[in-house]
Amino acid sequence: MNMKADVTRRTLLDVQDLHTVFEKDGNEVHAVNQVSFDVKEGEILAIVGESGSGKSITAMSLLRLIPSPPGRIVGGRVLFNDQDLLDLDDEQIRRLRGRDIAMIFQEPMTSLNPSLRIGRQLAEPLRVHGSVPKEKVRERCLELLRQVRLGDPEKRLDAYPHELSGGMRQRVMIAMGLACLPKLLIADEPTTALDVTVQAQILELLRDLVRANNSSMMLITHDLGVVARYADRINVMYAGRIVERGTAEEIFHHPKHPYTLGLMESMPRLDQAPGSRLTPIPGQPPDLSDPPPGCPFHPRCRFAEARCRSERPPLEQITDNHWKACWVDTDAKR
Amino acid sequence: MGAYVLRRLLALIPTLLIASVIVFGVVRLVPGDVLDLMLSENAYSSNAPDDRAQLEKALGMDKPLYMQYLSWAGNALRGDLGESLWRNTPVTEEIGARLGVTLELGILALLIALIIALPVGIFSAIRQETLADNVGRSFSILALAIPNFWLGTLVVILPALWWGWSPPTEMTPFFEDPIENLKTFLVPSLILGTSLSAVIMRMTRTMMLEVLRQDYIRTAWAKGLRERSVVLVHAVKNAMIPVITLVGILVPILFGGTVIIEQIFRLPGLGQLLLEAVSTRDYPIITGVFLVTGVVVMLVNLIVDLCYGYLDPKVRFDR
Repeated sequence: MNMKADVTRRTLLDVQDLHTVFEKDGNEVHAVNQVSFDVKEGEILAIVGESGSGKSITAMSLLRLIPSPPGRIVGGRVLFNDQDLLDLDDEQIRRLRGRDIAMIFQEPMTSLNPSLRIGRQLAEPLRVHGSVPKEKVRERCLELLRQVRLGDPEKRLDAYPHELSGGMRQRVMIAMGLACLPKLLIADEPTTALDVTVQAQILELLRDLVRANNSSMMLITHDLGVVARYADRINVMYAGRIVERGTAEEIFHHPKHPYTLGLMESMPRLDQAPGSRLTPIPGQPPDLSDPPPGCPFHPRCRFAEARCRSERPPLEQITDNHWKACWVDTDAKR
Repeated sequence: MGAYVLRRLLALIPTLLIASVIVFGVVRLVPGDVLDLMLSENAYSSNAPDDRAQLEKALGMDKPLYMQYLSWAGNALRGDLGESLWRNTPVTEEIGARLGVTLELGILALLIALIIALPVGIFSAIRQETLADNVGRSFSILALAIPNFWLGTLVVILPALWWGWSPPTEMTPFFEDPIENLKTFLVPSLILGTSLSAVIMRMTRTMMLEVLRQDYIRTAWAKGLRERSVVLVHAVKNAMIPVITLVGILVPILFGGTVIIEQIFRLPGLGQLLLEAVSTRDYPIITGVFLVTGVVVMLVNLIVDLCYGYLDPKVRFDR
């Protein structure tokens, strides 16, 4: 899909200035800091960043799944079909979870309840939201397991999670996420815990099913390689903020932010000269309870200038389909 | 699973054998001899060597200890635990008459403990750091700190002093009049149960807090389940595994508690029989009571292990 089509697409989710803090040892940690982005209908949007960049917290904030205490959403709006999810009461947001917005988590090993049969867990969203009549639940479960291409679905319904492999469990999680045909599926590192060979299968499955259901997907990952192949647009997050945004093609081929550049260089590529070394990003992500002044990336940035240490760059549009939060013209300096 | 139960039941035999050797030996190490007691009781002159030798022979205590044990064990295998040294009644009969009282007291106390501990523990965990949680936890500390014999004594004495009322001490058999019977057991089992509930409650709360942090609980929320389902369907079953273990460990402790409570409330149970037998050095009774208690405790542990199979599907008995 290309960007021209996106302009005409309706916005499904519009996140504005989302701000989530965590209380830690008496300090406030700004895990998600004034984050704004949107997801169009039928789009696959990626959020990329290292662990601790706030991408998972962003996703959980949308469904208000932040453990509280210590977490708290202190500001912003999450407009889903023009309704602010942060204004809903507990019962209203509950009805929306799993039905309109579903979520798939990183750890298929621990995200399924070890003491309940697969069939029971798979049927739960269908039952609680009344998506299909009671007598059709089993039938629908079998259909879902077939959709995620899990062999022998009849037998799987009666299995316990420990009887399935990691890849199979993640297929069950996907089936569970798609059970009620949600308009938006949030996939939080859906393949991180899986074997490389299984990763591609799962991602392709996710993409195909999301497209087939005409849903949108928010794909959260630390792996730019994954993103380039499956996402339409990319948001790069660092230290609780979005630092670069654009179409997958733009970000992958013309990265502008030094952090994105760093991510690209630290990624192994097949077209690399044999024997050449990967370049890691030096240093550690900042402590978000005491972030550095100015640009949060400047202590690790090889392009950093005086201004970067005192003034935080806003996220600014640089071309039709490309935004970045950086003072430096990285193209000129490279 | 049937084979597993059978194997476990067979495993009871060697365990009981070892236990019986220990019990048989240990009770005879208690200072003070049943012969001296009997002789002084019956105004025999204990320094008359003839009387003593005669009595020793009559009670079969002139033989070496291992011979005594072997003949006792041989009879025990046939279901004969010997006779009381003082009353000449069969030990099995004495125990049979009192086992019911102790079992009823123990089961009621355990039920009361669970009825208090599970809801309070679960609620405390899901409303962590709220007023309700603090009240629940304060209660459990209090219940832990109060010795049940002290509470039992107060419950007997204070109402008698203030209102001229005291808990019934006349025991009505359950099948004659269940209501009257339960009235007798209510206060003692409440006291035992409350002190037991404190530990179970704390364990329940801790385990619930642990389980509620798990990824699958987040999954359950993300599906849009109601809090009731998240807690009761997804969390409780997983949190119960260590709690059940704890209950298994508490059963012998509970039995210790019944000994004292039976004494305070004059309930004719095993505890009372045991206490009496210890003070009169009635060896066959002591050994018999310990044996029966041992069987009960081991059966409870078997039930606990079977519960694991229900709670944790990874536990399989057919291996």
